[in-house]
Amino acid sequence: MAMARVYVTLKKSVFDPQGKTIHEALRSLGYASVADVRQGKFFEVVLDGLQGEEARRTAEEIARRVLANPVIESYRVELDQ
Amino acid sequence: MKIGVVVFPGSNCDHDTYHVLKHVCGQDARFVWHKDSDLSGMDAMVLPGGFSYGDYLRTGAIARFSPVMAAVGEFAKGGGPVLGICNGFQILQEAGLLPGAMLRNQGVKFLSQPVHIRVERDDTIATAGLEKGAVLTMPIAHGEGNFYAAPDEMARLEDEGQVVFRYTTRDGRLVADANVNGSASSVAGVCNRQRNVVGLMPHPERASEPELGSADGKRILDALVGSLVRA
Repeated sequence: MAMARVYVTLKKSVFDPQGKTIHEALRSLGYASVADVRQGKFFEVVLDGLQGEEARRTAEEIARRVLANPVIESYRVELDQ
Repeated sequence: MKIGVVVFPGSNCDHDTYHVLKHVCGQDARFVWHKDSDLSGMDAMVLPGGFSYGDYLRTGAIARFSPVMAAVGEFAKGGGPVLGICNGFQILQEAGLLPGAMLRNQGVKFLSQPVHIRVERDDTIATAGLEKGAVLTMPIAHGEGNFYAAPDEMARLEDEGQVVFRYTTRDGRLVADANVNGSASSVAGVCNRQRNVVGLMPHPERASEPELGSADGKRILDALVGSLVRA
């Protein structure tokens, strides 16, 4: 059993309206030091019967095909064994 | 003409679209369940608006894996006309049949209001017979309609004439205020390179009878029907 943690975020070049709204809310709460906020998604994908490279390959494929839209998003996969 | 209206779990404009195609345009409209993959005999396919699969993950992200979408892809590849409205447009983007992706509206809010869109091309299956520069009025209803394509891709879309509709003022002027959701280059609708797949965020089926305040949307659906007659 392996668990993949997949982080999906909007590409740096893509404007993030939700992140901007959260940023403005934090500023209005007095957190003047907040320079930027980007919102993203986090997935825990539990993989049965897969380990090591095979688990990573499957998790990467899932992230690329389904969890992220490569037009606007990038992803990062971390694997817990 | 036999026009298939795809029904995904969570579609909510399927009946409106069917109604207009069948009873207003007088066509042989048929519902096509998302698990069907046999489109034989269909002259055109329409992907209606709604919230397929609850918009979970991303709009259209799960619907694009429905069995019918492989068939719609084949149908489009063979030159078959495909129109995506709102969520249908988003599904076609996720499926790679139309360019770009949708971001959350610039102002973050869900927008439900009439908009004016200018016809930019008269050589697509949804605009043949319409005059370039014509301004149509119909409603939008979406939270994610902020069209995005990377700058180089956007430039390519402009070069190849794939921008079909833009948000404008009532008299066809491009101004920031008219671009209600913040779309790149005010894009309200695009087509593929072959011009047989068109997607738009506004809802023509909700503006196809004078009783509903505008019948401008019918001009798009009539154009689709007209493109079939000529084919």
